[in-house]
Amino acid sequence: MQTVKMVVTGPFSAGKTEFIRSVSEIDVVSTERKISSASEKSVKEATTVAMDFGRITVDEDLVLYLFGTPGQRRFDFMWEILSEGMLGFIVMVDSTRPETFREARSILETFHAYAPTPYVVSANKQDMKEAWDIEDMRHVLRLDSKVKLVSCVATDRDSVKAILLELLYSILSEMENGEK
Amino acid sequence: MALSGNLRDFTITQLLNLINLANKTGTLVVEGPSQTAKVAFRDGKLAYAQIDQEDSSLASVLHKAKKLSSGQYKSIQQDAAHISDKELGLLLINAGYLSKEDILTNLQQHFTDIIQRLFTWVEGFFHFDNDSLPPDDRISVRLDLENLIIDGSRQMREWEQLQDEIPSLDMALKFTDRPGANLRNVNLSVEEWRVVSYINPRNTIRQIARATKRNDLEIRRIVYGLLQAGLVETTRREGASTSAPTVRVFPTEDKEKQKSLVNRLIDRIRSL
Ligand SMILES: Nc1nc2c(ncn2[C@@H]2O[C@H](COP(=O)(O)OP(=O)(O)OP(=O)(O)O)[C@@H](O)[C@H]2O)c(=O)[nH]1
Ligand SMILES: [Mg+2]
Repeated sequence: MQTVKMVVTGPFSAGKTEFIRSVSEIDVVSTERKISSASEKSVKEATTVAMDFGRITVDEDLVLYLFGTPGQRRFDFMWEILSEGMLGFIVMVDSTRPETFREARSILETFHAYAPTPYVVSANKQDMKEAWDIEDMRHVLRLDSKVKLVSCVATDRDSVKAILLELLYSILSEMENGEK
Repeated sequence: MALSGNLRDFTITQLLNLINLANKTGTLVVEGPSQTAKVAFRDGKLAYAQIDQEDSSLASVLHKAKKLSSGQYKSIQQDAAHISDKELGLLLINAGYLSKEDILTNLQQHFTDIIQRLFTWVEGFFHFDNDSLPPDDRISVRLDLENLIIDGSRQMREWEQLQDEIPSLDMALKFTDRPGANLRNVNLSVEEWRVVSYINPRNTIRQIARATKRNDLEIRRIVYGLLQAGLVETTRREGASTSAPTVRVFPTEDKEKQKSLVNRLIDRIRSL
């Protein structure tokens, strides 16, 4: 059996667990905990500690694993471990919370420094009316036009599929460019 | 128990706060990577500050503050080298050249500048020497620490933000190919130009910092400015073989098999 993996990262509450849940064939093995801190609780009830873990079986001898990073900074030590050997990564950004954009940018750079793999930035929660426009997010996140920034609704399977495909296309085209 | 430790665990601002609250008297010695600073306090107030490797004589302080001309400074150095700061101060006051106020204000400014520079030291060791006071022949001041502590906390916040913005100094920099970004149209300081001259995908930010003798905070500040102005962007360092991934990404080495694997993934996800 062969396995490959991708990492889904991003700030606290960006929608990483939801993203993996939408496409994983197993219940996401998520290590969620009830939140104790009052300030974070105002955002959501449970948070991922350590990691999320989802699976997509491709055929009899190939499996894709999706790893979600924990959102709180005190689990940063997991990042490098999770990034080892990844095919590529997805940075989830909550389009409705501009106060997290700077951190998203910082997470992106950190993962990119771990491994030079392709990545896609996912502008999540685009179904909500407070969501920022993609192009405004591109400026604030300082992504140049070559970086894929894709609109996302993590609860919607087709939307998640589209992002995984964008990442795979980037991986494929990088392999082809590498051969030239 | 002597007050001593590492700046990574205890910042300069926290130390000033402690000295202020405890009304301490003595000298704080801070050993940074390339310089050593000595800052003396009396009853929790700043009395004196100097960096070992730099001239901190009254004459040089007044010269830097443009209160003495280069000619005057030179002749003091030649003819009055044996005169102490206190004596020189008295001479200048008695000659009606400067007031006592002038001298104290300039010294305060000089000491404050040294503390401001200390705020940018994030690496190093410190210890507080209870018995040691500024040399007798030097003029000391009495400056409340509160304002300095507030400045220091501001800088600390800046430092945290800069670390967020530029988390790794192991990245390299390259010029953006964005049309309209033109270096010639911006006003850069001499230090910024020096940094710019080293920008190259083969140099990490850390190497540039070393080459331009900037500490972590200073280089982050400069790079942040250049990033914000859209003149440069961060990039992975080229030609660095040390960072080659050790963990395999694909279960096979064969390029064609790798491609077929990615295509199988694509087909599968489409069919979900
Ligand atoms: N409306 C909307 N809500 C979403 C979307 N994605 C996630 N959410 C909600 O946002 C909240 C946070 O989502 P999670 O998937 O738990 O976020 P996370 O990134 O795993 O969070 P941590 O593990 O705590 O870092 C949950 O209440 C989700 O149901 C989306 O696309 N649209
Ligand atoms: Mg989660």
